[in-house]
Amino acid sequence: MAKKQAVSFKLNGKEVDVVVEPRELLIHTLRERLQHTGPHIGCETSHCGACTVDMNGMSVKSCTVLTVQCDGAELLTIEGFAPGGELHALQEAFHLDHALQCGYCTPGMITRAYRLLKEIPNPTEEEIRYWMAGNLCRCTGYQNIVTAVQSAAKKLSAKAAA
Amino acid sequence: MPDDKLAREQKLEGMGASRKRKEDARFIRGQGSYVDDIKLPGMLFGAIVRSPYAHARIKSINKENALKVPGVVAVLTADDLKPVKLHWMPTLGGDVQAVLADKKVCFQYQEVAFVLAQDRYAAADGADAVEVEYEELPPIVDPRKAMAKDAPIIREDIADKDSVGHGPRTHPNHIFTWDAGDKDGTDAVFKSAAVTVREEILNPRVHPCPLETCGCVASFDKVRGQLTVYLTSQAPHLVRTVVAMLSGIPESKIRIIGGDIGGGFGNKVPVYPGYVAAIVASIVTGVPVKWIESRIDNISTTGFARDYHGVGELAADKDGRIKALRFTAIADHGAFNSHVSATKFPAGLFSICTGSYAIPKAYCRVDAVYTNKAPGGVAYRCSLRVTEAVYLIERMIDVLAQKLGIDKAEIRRRNFVKAEQFPYTTALGWTLDSGNYHVALEKVLKAVDYEGLRKEQAAKRAKGELMGIGISTFTEIVGAGPNKVCDILGISLFDSCDIRVNPTGSAIARLGTMSQGQGHATTYAQIIASELGLPSEEIQIEEGDTDKAPYGAGTWGSRSTPVGGAAAARAARKIKEKAKKIAAHLLEVGEGDLEWEVDRFRVKGNPSAFKTMKDIAMAAHTSNIPDGMEKGLDATEYYDPPNMTFPFGAYVCVVDIEKYTGETKVRRFYALDDCGTRINPMIIEGQIHGGLTEAFAVAMGQAIPFDESGNHLGNSLMDYFLPTAVETPKWETDFTVTPSPHHPIGAKGVAESPHVGGIPCFSNAIVDAFAHLGVTHMDMPHTSFRVWQQCKALGLNKR
Repeated sequence: MAKKQAVSFKLNGKEVDVVVEPRELLIHTLRERLQHTGPHIGCETSHCGACTVDMNGMSVKSCTVLTVQCDGAELLTIEGFAPGGELHALQEAFHLDHALQCGYCTPGMITRAYRLLKEIPNPTEEEIRYWMAGNLCRCTGYQNIVTAVQSAAKKLSAKAAA
Repeated sequence: MPDDKLAREQKLEGMGASRKRKEDARFIRGQGSYVDDIKLPGMLFGAIVRSPYAHARIKSINKENALKVPGVVAVLTADDLKPVKLHWMPTLGGDVQAVLADKKVCFQYQEVAFVLAQDRYAAADGADAVEVEYEELPPIVDPRKAMAKDAPIIREDIADKDSVGHGPRTHPNHIFTWDAGDKDGTDAVFKSAAVTVREEILNPRVHPCPLETCGCVASFDKVRGQLTVYLTSQAPHLVRTVVAMLSGIPESKIRIIGGDIGGGFGNKVPVYPGYVAAIVASIVTGVPVKWIESRIDNISTTGFARDYHGVGELAADKDGRIKALRFTAIADHGAFNSHVSATKFPAGLFSICTGSYAIPKAYCRVDAVYTNKAPGGVAYRCSLRVTEAVYLIERMIDVLAQKLGIDKAEIRRRNFVKAEQFPYTTALGWTLDSGNYHVALEKVLKAVDYEGLRKEQAAKRAKGELMGIGISTFTEIVGAGPNKVCDILGISLFDSCDIRVNPTGSAIARLGTMSQGQGHATTYAQIIASELGLPSEEIQIEEGDTDKAPYGAGTWGSRSTPVGGAAAARAARKIKEKAKKIAAHLLEVGEGDLEWEVDRFRVKGNPSAFKTMKDIAMAAHTSNIPDGMEKGLDATEYYDPPNMTFPFGAYVCVVDIEKYTGETKVRRFYALDDCGTRINPMIIEGQIHGGLTEAFAVAMGQAIPFDESGNHLGNSLMDYFLPTAVETPKWETDFTVTPSPHHPIGAKGVAESPHVGGIPCFSNAIVDAFAHLGVTHMDMPHTSFRVWQQCKALGLNKR
């Protein structure tokens, strides 16, 4: 077993220190050491996106990121979306537009859509479908997810303009 | 005051309302409670050592190095499970299956040893360090070769058994032969028919692949003798019974908790070796044990579907009126018959293969065999073997249309069971309870301008372009099922609902079904709200914890609404009957003087004299009730459906195929579904979107290939096709409403129809694109490569 390493990062705005084996994956650190079970494991090969988290302003699949790569990073997971209890526009839109069924892909979907709307505040349907293609959903057929991202975009733009 | 009535009705958010889902609040916050989220004190993690060979003898297993791995606690093999007689387990198909391989392995990735360690990394290290010596045996991969004279015997443990639960066996690799209908009568029609068609049609081996894999956390409390298992199960009560039979622990001391399930689609019905190994490990160690499948384990070992190698034949007159149907299939069940099926239906509901058509004579037969592949199978978003059946008839009617030069919509019109013929008993014995097929088809044809599409297609064909129009007019069979004929392991397939109304008029209802994303907590509450006149918002729904919910067969085969929903309505009606007595007492009138209105009983002719259900709920808990009446306002219903329900639909798919690359663009997909009474239109539409997407996946890309040694050639998401948002088509949905006459609220079930009806619709569209060139059938999946091969075979790809 390789020597454990100390790693520090910011998780949803809070400083976190962990001591992990070099081989430990970020998804396991989040879920098993830090009790952040929102991101899920679906494939372990970077295909399904259930484990998507935001790292330094980029979406990453946390099942293929080593925790030791996160030293000094800023991480955002689904648990950081409603600080103070008020839902993020995306969370609200996913509910109102029936963009989830079993809920397993939802944290990754919302986290990915968050990054999309940061980069492209008013995406077209084609852009949404392209940007969300790294996140698989087996239940919804994506149609309502696209709608939800669109309505969240509208709401966020209106808020930004106000 | 009619306005007041409408307002009160809307306030209930009962049946027919697109009520927002109650489940969402936790999921959008990442606060779901899936099995891998469960963490118990002292919990160990299990990893499975799997066979690299499809067929081999185990010469030795050496645990020594594995036990030296830091963190590894124990390594279990079949020999360790033998003393407690848990190295084999019964299957839902009437067979037995090795929990851990006993002397030989019969499929690649079969479970050989179970390594227990302090975390999942150590468990994986330990599994890598277990040394197993094998002696390879020749495998059987092609089910059509399984019953050859010199075929190697796969199951030595049952080689001398005449039967494995479903009638006589004629070969050591034979599982059963099942048939239905009039063979001689059908053969006679075929002999004298004006036209006959025949086609070999494959439903390849696929996997439901829910986003969450299977897993469990087993926790045995040695002091109390109690076993608690958090488990990804679509049927927690059946699992509890199987575990009781297996372990000898009294069923009352076993608690199965479903929790939140990340999709099932059939994958999570059976009991898998990993569950049993984890349970045994917890019993042995006295600490909780978690086992979670990897995606590769999931696709390779648990829950494959289909693998039906069919032959379809139709006999008809010269006008295309079908006179007889003869369908046969060789079913590849893999190495153990862990096929999920009702005892009397080893080939599931395959005999629904007469579809939506009035076919006077029919015969079908399924021969199931063992091969050196993963055991199963399960019903992937369908009732058992219904996709296979519907695929055959919906493909064959197109084949017949092409042979006779009749339009593919017209041939359906000519053969539909007519609205006035319902209830209609098919030649294979099912009584279709209701339907209105002509209306559904015409509505869809009009919506897509079918005639215009055919004209466009003719013009494109003249230019050498490929455009296909697929039609599917399917009938599903869901809601297993009538207890006289439907059981699993002897337990009837009823379902249940237990409702308790509180003094202040809120209620809790518990059911024997199990949501995996279908939104039960939302929709069941709507049924009860409409029945009882209590707001759905105040009706709590619970499922999946066997200590709390009444016994039921779970959620699969679209049985939740047909069976569980019926139980909910009937339990509510029992409460309502009692409530009426209380209301009569409170209003000092006879029961006959009362009428029900939205949320209250009122005195006929005097609407200002009434008692609301809330008033009655409170009274039921006081002494102000009729003499001799028990207190409380509770009821339980165990519902035995008198018949299956038969949802149907009419779909049209339009595709454009690029002949130089074989790429297919789904230009349009229009789906009309009739699921009877609609409880929540928003959820119905969501289910249809999802079902169509899974149909798209199966038709256009999914298959689990093997090489001749029985090696998997595609068991990660690198190879196995799950459509992304980019390739998934945009769905257009529509509906008609033909209530089920025998269901308490007229509902039929919906989630599987789009999968079952969608798959042949895609295939029919693809084949239709080539129909003018004499192509009558192309096997799924219609990947670009395979479509390109068809183009190449026809010389279409030459510039």
